[in-house]
Amino acid sequence: MGMLAHLRAIAAKDLRVERRSREVVATMAFFAALLVIVMAIGFDHERRFARTATPGLLWAAIAFAGTIGLGRAFDREREGDTMRALLLSPASRLGIFLGKAATIAILVFGVAAVCAPLTGLLLSVDLFVHPGYLAATLALGAIGVAVVGTVFAASLLKVRARDVLLPIVLYPLLIPLFVAGNRATGALLADPAQLDVARYWLGFLAVYDAVFLVVSLWLFESVVIE
Amino acid sequence: MKRIAVPVLAVLTSVGLVASLWGVFVTTPLADVLFFNQKIFYFHVAHAFMLFASVFACAVCSAVYLKTRNPRWDDVALATAEVAVVLGAAVLITGMIWAKAAWDVWWKWEKRLTMSLLLWLTLVGYVMVRRFAGAGGERLAAALAVFAAVALPFIYTMVDQGDLHPQAGARGNVATLGPAMRGTFWLAVATFLGWTSLLVTARVASARAERRAAELRERALDAGLLGES
Repeated sequence: MGMLAHLRAIAAKDLRVERRSREVVATMAFFAALLVIVMAIGFDHERRFARTATPGLLWAAIAFAGTIGLGRAFDREREGDTMRALLLSPASRLGIFLGKAATIAILVFGVAAVCAPLTGLLLSVDLFVHPGYLAATLALGAIGVAVVGTVFAASLLKVRARDVLLPIVLYPLLIPLFVAGNRATGALLADPAQLDVARYWLGFLAVYDAVFLVVSLWLFESVVIE
Repeated sequence: MKRIAVPVLAVLTSVGLVASLWGVFVTTPLADVLFFNQKIFYFHVAHAFMLFASVFACAVCSAVYLKTRNPRWDDVALATAEVAVVLGAAVLITGMIWAKAAWDVWWKWEKRLTMSLLLWLTLVGYVMVRRFAGAGGERLAAALAVFAAVALPFIYTMVDQGDLHPQAGARGNVATLGPAMRGTFWLAVATFLGWTSLLVTARVASARAERRAAELRERALDAGLLGES
């Protein structure tokens, strides 16, 4: 099997497990929804900040829910000690990495797809003026979170204090991504929407994803193998 | 070689520190706009140079460690990261004092400030991983150092607040400094380069000693010379 076949096999396996248990998606989406509600209550006072607060709120929810989901997705491998089995299998390490990252990206994007309408609803902001641009922003954000997150979540499997260390190492690296996502979403929300600004930040996100994907592919094997 | 180099470097650094303090407070003239407040520049910029040098060294050593798995590189990476945390704290604190004097605010979300802060946060994360993650944490920390170096250009381009920060470097402020100021500035840079190298050397030596002690303990346990306790 080639690398793409490994990718597809691992992602299909993870998504099938997820479809049967719904553990990560359900907890992650509910957690993100709670975050949106908590923050909306804090910000929506007098409704003056609704439009400016919306992007930050959405991306904060994605950031927090993303780390929760990453932790859970890899805990499942740890509990059955199946990560070792995966690494021992003849599948290429890059295929394993890409399969895992693809699953996480789909999960994070799913959570973002839940959060976005909820944020718009609670803050009475029409987020879906340019649905294509919004979807592209969220998808590129989800890919970035998944790529960087997979390297660290996988290498945290064996160490102590992993629950708190994952956000500690992840957030400083993901800040450029969150800022870009924020700016792109903000540009889409502006009245009238600033599509050229949104396009600039979409490009920024795409470059960020591509660069970190290359570095992750280069590092993944040496980080997870003992 | 090291037995001579380290004391010589220590003496040179001490002399340099005294001389640069003398230069800062006695020989350099007051700056045009900021007057006495500009004095912090000599140490602030010197620390910032050392911060970026240590982070660069840390990222390179981490990458080599991940590829070769030779723990000697890891010792250097750990040492430079820990020293960089201290340097970063000094850069941020002196920078904030200067910002308060020059811009009348403690903090601005401006390119270099944001970059230094995020870099410093990543380094604190690195040290925390090394402290609390236990065995296996060193590979994770090494990956973190490499990623941090990769993230830097993104942080630099993402900040759209203009470059209010005075330019250092060859074509910036340093070139426009008067001769007395320039001399003191480069003396301060050399001094802190010596200081940073000393700290890193000492920390590498202690990390190697720690590892050697752990190895000896393992061997003694294997040989049955130590009881399980």
